[in-house]
Amino acid sequence: MNIQQRPPFKAGDYKSDLTPVWCPGCGDFHVLLSVTKALAELGTPPENVAVISGIGCSSRIPAYTNCYGFHGVHGRSLALGAGLKVARPDLTVMVMSGDGDGFSIGGNHFLHACRRNVDMTYIVMDNRVYGMTKGQPSPTTEPDWDSALSPGGTGLSPFHPLVIALASGANFVAREFSGDIKGTTRTIVEAVRHPGFSFVEILSPCVTFRPDERAWKTQTHPAAVEATDDPSRAARRIMTDDGFNVGILYRGRRKPHDTHVKDSAGDPAILEEEFAI
Amino acid sequence: MTGAETTMVIATAGELLAHAYQMELDAQERYSYLAEQMEVHNNIDLAKLFRELARVEGLHASDILQQMKGMDVPQIRPLDYKWPGSESPEALDMGDMHYMMTPRQALLLALKAEQNAFDFFDHLLKATDDPEIKRFAAEFAEEEQEHVELVHKELKRYPEADERPREDMDPPASQE
Repeated sequence: MNIQQRPPFKAGDYKSDLTPVWCPGCGDFHVLLSVTKALAELGTPPENVAVISGIGCSSRIPAYTNCYGFHGVHGRSLALGAGLKVARPDLTVMVMSGDGDGFSIGGNHFLHACRRNVDMTYIVMDNRVYGMTKGQPSPTTEPDWDSALSPGGTGLSPFHPLVIALASGANFVAREFSGDIKGTTRTIVEAVRHPGFSFVEILSPCVTFRPDERAWKTQTHPAAVEATDDPSRAARRIMTDDGFNVGILYRGRRKPHDTHVKDSAGDPAILEEEFAI
Repeated sequence: MTGAETTMVIATAGELLAHAYQMELDAQERYSYLAEQMEVHNNIDLAKLFRELARVEGLHASDILQQMKGMDVPQIRPLDYKWPGSESPEALDMGDMHYMMTPRQALLLALKAEQNAFDFFDHLLKATDDPEIKRFAAEFAEEEQEHVELVHKELKRYPEADERPREDMDPPASQE
């Protein structure tokens, strides 16, 4: 075979031999496919990628990749990821989480990861339910979702991940639907390439506890407007969002947190400037 | 399926082989996933069927690899494949699966994937003027047609009239 162009890797090079134990139909299968395709597209060797997670169905993902991985404690994946990136800035760090792990148990880490703007990619597989613990409402669950474990619904306003990410200083904000593998792959590639903290919410149906989420396949739609680098414009757009717009909302221009130790380390004025939003 | 678009973008026999090879690998992977999922949920008959389909797709992938020898075959990056949709046509949509799938439901998913693969090659066959692309497209379309017929044959074992929904005596959690 005469090879004209040989890209360094294929998606399969990033998959481990372990069989995923997600429920048949789970959107997380699609996310795994998109992540491995994105890494192949980026051409980053698996040994130069670290996939860090917390706890939950989605957080099983490091085991299903052939990259370095760490299945950490509940809600603390961003702290692990940021620490790793600071210590090893040469690595591509991808932090993976779910809506419970990322927005409830790890909610505070989310705010500060956005603010710190360390150069890493945070992917949250949002299924609006705690699947692993059998179907409790999560921070993103609709207030009127009626179930045995939340009779009549919680009545609580859901957490808006994109609004919070934007307001907290994330440098790249996007939403995708897991079933759109090509679109999700493309967005993950852009998220990794974009300097600073990139946040991608992926709507990933839980077909076992939220069979209604199968409808996301038809409910999601491309955002009508292009991504912006103006946070105020992005904020106006997100306030009129129906929750099913997919695509890149915001590409910021903030300088990422400098992970290199500098001579000026310890100078409060320089640190203050560095962390300013 | 938008055959015209497919024809417009696949310009060489080597490029067609690269697409056909990836298509078979994707199909093999999805059938394997499905087989594993059915094993986990003790749906043994379906697991066997999907193992067999995965095996057949793997054989086709090996055949295509042989055909690539001596040809100029481009290496294509994941986002540069020219599929008519978001994924390769023969890849089962993982979102359509369910642990309580009946054999008939599973076979209908497989039928859709095989039919999509046939359509991909058949559109190419009808629209291209390149004799080499035509030859490969005809060969692959014929193979996919055989798969379609195989699935139809299997479907006859599970007529719609006899279908009973599978009941989970210990469901994950009642949400009613």
